Amino acid sequence: MAFDTPKPLVLTNARVIDPARKLDAAGSVIIADGTILAAGPEAANQGAPYGADIIDCKGAIACPGLIDMCVSVGEPGAEHRETLASASDAAAAGGVTTICTMPDTDPVIDDPALVDFILRRARDTAEVNVHPLAALTKGLAGQEMTEIGLLQEAGAVAFTNGHKSVKNAQVMRRMMTYARDFDALVIHHAEDPDLAGGVMNAGLNASWKGLSGVPREAEIIMLERDLRLVGMSKGKYHVNLVSTSDSADVIRGGKAKGLNITAGVSINHLTHNENDIGAYRTFFKMSPPLRDEDDRQAMIAAVADGTIDIICSNHDPQDVETKRHPWAEAEDGAIGLETLLAAALRLYHSEQVDLSTLLAAMTCNPADRLGLETGRLAKGAPADVIVFDPERPWVLEKSAIRSRSKNSPFEDARFSGRVLRTVVGGRTVFAHG
Amino acid sequence: MNALPSPFSKKPWKSQPKCRVTRSKFLRDGAAPQGAAFTLTGTFFVRSIKYLTTMWTAVTIADQSLCTGTIPPKAMISMTATHTHRDNPYPHRHLLGIEGLHPHEILGLLDRAEQAVEVSRQLSKRKHVLAGRTQINLFFENSTRTQSSFELAGKRLGADVMNMAVSQSSVKKGETLIDTAATLNAMHPDLLVVRHHAAGAVHLLARKVGCAVVNAGDGPHEHPTQALLDALTIRRHKGKIARLTVAICGDIAHSRVARSNIILLNALGARVRAIAPSTLLPSGIAKMGVEVFNDMREGLKGADIVMMLRLQRERMNGAFVPSVREYYRYYGLDAEKLAYARDDALVMHPGPMNRGVEIDASIADGAQSLIREQVEMGVAVRMAVLEALADNLPAS
Repeated sequence: MAFDTPKPLVLTNARVIDPARKLDAAGSVIIADGTILAAGPEAANQGAPYGADIIDCKGAIACPGLIDMCVSVGEPGAEHRETLASASDAAAAGGVTTICTMPDTDPVIDDPALVDFILRRARDTAEVNVHPLAALTKGLAGQEMTEIGLLQEAGAVAFTNGHKSVKNAQVMRRMMTYARDFDALVIHHAEDPDLAGGVMNAGLNASWKGLSGVPREAEIIMLERDLRLVGMSKGKYHVNLVSTSDSADVIRGGKAKGLNITAGVSINHLTHNENDIGAYRTFFKMSPPLRDEDDRQAMIAAVADGTIDIICSNHDPQDVETKRHPWAEAEDGAIGLETLLAAALRLYHSEQVDLSTLLAAMTCNPADRLGLETGRLAKGAPADVIVFDPERPWVLEKSAIRSRSKNSPFEDARFSGRVLRTVVGGRTVFAHG
Repeated sequence: MNALPSPFSKKPWKSQPKCRVTRSKFLRDGAAPQGAAFTLTGTFFVRSIKYLTTMWTAVTIADQSLCTGTIPPKAMISMTATHTHRDNPYPHRHLLGIEGLHPHEILGLLDRAEQAVEVSRQLSKRKHVLAGRTQINLFFENSTRTQSSFELAGKRLGADVMNMAVSQSSVKKGETLIDTAATLNAMHPDLLVVRHHAAGAVHLLARKVGCAVVNAGDGPHEHPTQALLDALTIRRHKGKIARLTVAICGDIAHSRVARSNIILLNALGARVRAIAPSTLLPSGIAKMGVEVFNDMREGLKGADIVMMLRLQRERMNGAFVPSVREYYRYYGLDAEKLAYARDDALVMHPGPMNRGVEIDASIADGAQSLIREQVEMGVAVRMAVLEALADNLPAS
């Protein structure tokens, strides 16, 4: 937002974690001119650049800022739900320094001029880095491919059909083949739209509630199809949001075959299951639906063993008008930028995923997949750094939510772990307390 | 007010607990003859420590008296604790479903309904327990029998009843269910009877309004008053519900009646069977407390009650079953299939019936059919439910 060069910054007395280097040691982070000069134990006794702000981290963790690969913002078209500015505010408070915006806005981001619009709006209003994802098909209709080359030139980092699947296998195949020529990443929401006609996870729970179910097979079948097409086209593929244990097995199989694939999971599927829905609480309605506890455990295990590479918030702001409806009529989606790190730390506190793996899934893994320089504390990398205390307890109060929409499934949740400082490009954009 | 003595006399549990200790003159004079009256009439509210203290005091007094050896303990103390949580026959604010009700609460409602049947059969059918209360019937889905049944029930209890049919079009105009609820709430109704096409809509409403809410059917979720009236009908004919074999046949996947009945009949100890083609069974049906049959004849063997469900017209043509005639062949109730059930088996249907689709006309109107009586019981059960909920409303 501001165009002056930020002052140099030194974060001392920190536990520096850089998942890209597998570094976890006491040390400092030295930042100047918006880039990292040094980070880790070697930076501890280098002194500070002239005129630097020196921050004592008091033993808190300093690590690369998080990259959220799946963020829906209402801009353009639904600014009452979320703008780039408000999303950026929420992201900064949650320790997210880079967001990738989904193209399912109004209008759909399927034209280079619209990619440009997002980038300009972000430059003018957002404090965190914003990278637009462009539509894979025109209008997300799943029929005609978009101008992948031109969109890429305009600044789109990857291509996705939003929260809709491309149902037509032939279209998908051509798209992957064409995208390969531009080395473009195709991000897909794998869910067969015909099978996924329901509104919550299929099974006993849905049957008692009288709700139509989305069978797990809707995801598994589409994912299996996609991996066959990746095999045919040799494209670069990322499955955006998986939710079932079988999907993890399918991905494991695909990686063993040497396919160029990665997988993502939303934080909601790592921390909630279908029982959280309770008496039809629509903040827990999302796509794919929350599954049962076995699937949640399988997702955690898949993150721990690296089958699932990336954790995202799947931030999807919905307002009262779209959420305060009977379950079947309410929109999918939950916000998650502000709680991404705190919720993910639950897996660390439950000793299911180690800290380095957990942070890698939100920093260097998405950076590597998208070809971004950030997401690491390497010398010369953009100074996107966060400081957080993994033990600090706090409660998410609705009134304190920074997003314009308040549809958080973590309302009134207790967390251990709070972001203390968020630095983007060497500039502090959030400081707690 | 009520011709018959009720096991659950009208005592709002929210009222202040009273504790009165009366001692006889004899006792006060220090001369306590054998059998002297030491009565303690108290209404205890066991929920709070305060009242427990009161109870403790009473027991202490009794102990002291015991020490004198002059007063037999049974004659001495008569405690009537009608205001405890457990003794409120229906300690809920709403009736959103059968799920969550205890068997004794269900039986309490049925007992109340028995009295309502008597009232409904009198020449003068009017009671005044709901006098001054406002009941709004809010129907987002068309219904003739349920709505008129609730209307009649409310009127027979003396309530001011208003019917509101909310057509789909006004919902499409953008007014949400919550807006509608807020509008209605501002009119201060006491009882809100709601039918909606979406499961859980009634729960959403109940969270937003200040009055008692009755679920008159929410999508394929629950239809509690239908299950209660079915149970009442069965009990009046068979004298019990426990250990009866009840076969529910038809579109169970989309039926709120089936869900409520499965829960209720299981709670009261019946054996429940589900008979349907697999496309019309919800997933996980085998874990819902029923025996599952795809062969109707097999499923009807030894059944005491055959409960037929309506098959919606849009599900007949290829989506769930291939055709009406194929469905009727395998799942339509006719004399031949009914013969597999017990000789004294009774046939029920929540209505409206499709004669020749799920049930043969001769069975629907035959000697074993309870279908008309179900309608009569419907009014009685709804009277019972409204009365039970009104008991828990704050006295004005």
